[in-house]
Amino acid sequence: MHASARPAVSINITPTPTGSINREPAGALPMRMNINKVNFYYGAKQVLFDISMGVATSQLTALIGPSGCGKSTLLRTMNRMHETVRNARLDGEILLDGQSILAQDVTQLRRRVGMVFQRPNPFPKSIFENVAYGLRINGSKLPIGEAVEKSLRHAALWDEVKDHLQKSAYELSGGQQQRLCIARALAVEPEVLLLDEPCSALDPISTAKIEELLVRLKDLCTIVIVTHNMQQAARVSDFTAFLLTGQLIEFRTTPQLFTTPGDPRTEAYITGRFG
Amino acid sequence: MSPRLRWRKFVSGFMLTMTGVCAAVAVFVLFFILGYLVYHGGRSINWSFFTKLPKPVGEPGGGMANAIVGSAKLLLLASLLGVPVGFFGAIYLAEFSTSRVAFVVRYAADLLNGVPSIVIGIFAYSLVVLPFKHFSTLAGGFALGLMMIPITLRSTEEFLLAVPRTLREGAMALGASRWKTIATVVVPAAYRGILTAVLLAFARVAGETAPLLFTAFGNRFWSPNWNQPTASLPVMIFTYAIAPYEDWHRQAWAAGLVLLGLILVINIVARAILARGVAVPRS
Repeated sequence: MHASARPAVSINITPTPTGSINREPAGALPMRMNINKVNFYYGAKQVLFDISMGVATSQLTALIGPSGCGKSTLLRTMNRMHETVRNARLDGEILLDGQSILAQDVTQLRRRVGMVFQRPNPFPKSIFENVAYGLRINGSKLPIGEAVEKSLRHAALWDEVKDHLQKSAYELSGGQQQRLCIARALAVEPEVLLLDEPCSALDPISTAKIEELLVRLKDLCTIVIVTHNMQQAARVSDFTAFLLTGQLIEFRTTPQLFTTPGDPRTEAYITGRFG
Repeated sequence: MSPRLRWRKFVSGFMLTMTGVCAAVAVFVLFFILGYLVYHGGRSINWSFFTKLPKPVGEPGGGMANAIVGSAKLLLLASLLGVPVGFFGAIYLAEFSTSRVAFVVRYAADLLNGVPSIVIGIFAYSLVVLPFKHFSTLAGGFALGLMMIPITLRSTEEFLLAVPRTLREGAMALGASRWKTIATVVVPAAYRGILTAVLLAFARVAGETAPLLFTAFGNRFWSPNWNQPTASLPVMIFTYAIAPYEDWHRQAWAAGLVLLGLILVINIVARAILARGVAVPRS
């Protein structure tokens, strides 16, 4: 009704996801990543406006919002994948364990902050070599065979592929390929795992497997997931951030956001009135 | 049937016949050339063709061993020049250049591809033959190598661009640098296409005659070094075919058959490479 009268960014939460709207005691959780006043531009077009939020350690944070709201862009800034696009420009500060990621060596950063993409993108190599890839290029001293098995077990794929590790990754189904990509990302033991709509190309059964997997993976690393599927966010995440036209509208614990949204726009979105 | 419909049916039938006949002619030409070559070349091809030097006029027998070896040396040199330049140039184009630079380089490569081979020959002549004061294998290989560059470059670039962006992102998200991504993911994903492109460029220059006429020149004997004139199959065919001796004509046919056989084998190998293994799905 009077949504337009509200300030553009209704909350500004750092470093814990408790702010002016979120009165619930979320506790002083340790933060793995902190995003401070991030503005992001593609050329002259600004796509993120003054975003500030924290990513709690060993928790699952979901970014939701309608198409084009900037949630994928925000995710891609967290391991500087935005730099692969020409004319992209980032203002502001992103911290990983208290240190600016922008000042770090980018390859080093991406080993610590892994990413899984919208469509499964296994390399044209064997299943084994796909998982081993990150270890090989990083010159890992770990015994590669063991590390590959461990990662495949974490990704709940080991039992399905253990007898044909030398087969091409393209012989797997779409859901298996996506779990392979998760295993590949886990192999380098990242501190944070970013997932960009990992289930949007998958069928419901494969989606359920991946959701189940994500909840278990919280023991290994901190997870940030972009999803346009609100039910998915509600099912798997601990914290949810709602973005709209490049602005962070609301950021709270997931139960709070879905049961008592503090902003009429959030409520409109989660009740399906737009998006 | 109304006259209008009858007319339309006639036009349809006429066009179908026309296109069919044209397609048949295209295939017929190929098979006619093949048959003609096999018929004439097959009669005079024998073991000594591959092992013996050319005999003086009037003496029967002899072969073109020196031309076969000469062609092999020329093509080796050409590949040493054309493949790396084309390959790395294509990597720059596909992976690093801005679109403006890429446009200019692409355009230049297409122009170079369209330069008549005799002009490439003159260029190599003035650049390599004149300063050294004699024809040489080196000059011939240089001329053929120049011709390989644009073909290798353009087709390699196409195959690199066909590798989905998501594969590059997957590698970079694991901490691979730009170069590591290219070396370990992009090129392996495109290698079958690249190899095919290289083989086709190779086959294309294998039959080139014009640039060799005044660079590698020709030689009735072995050419043991790289800085002496050398015989080559295409130039041998040219020389023998226009000579007034019946025996030489037969030898020219045999050389033509060998050359065609070589190109055919390369083509088939290229196809086999492309058909093998799983292709990267295009996104």
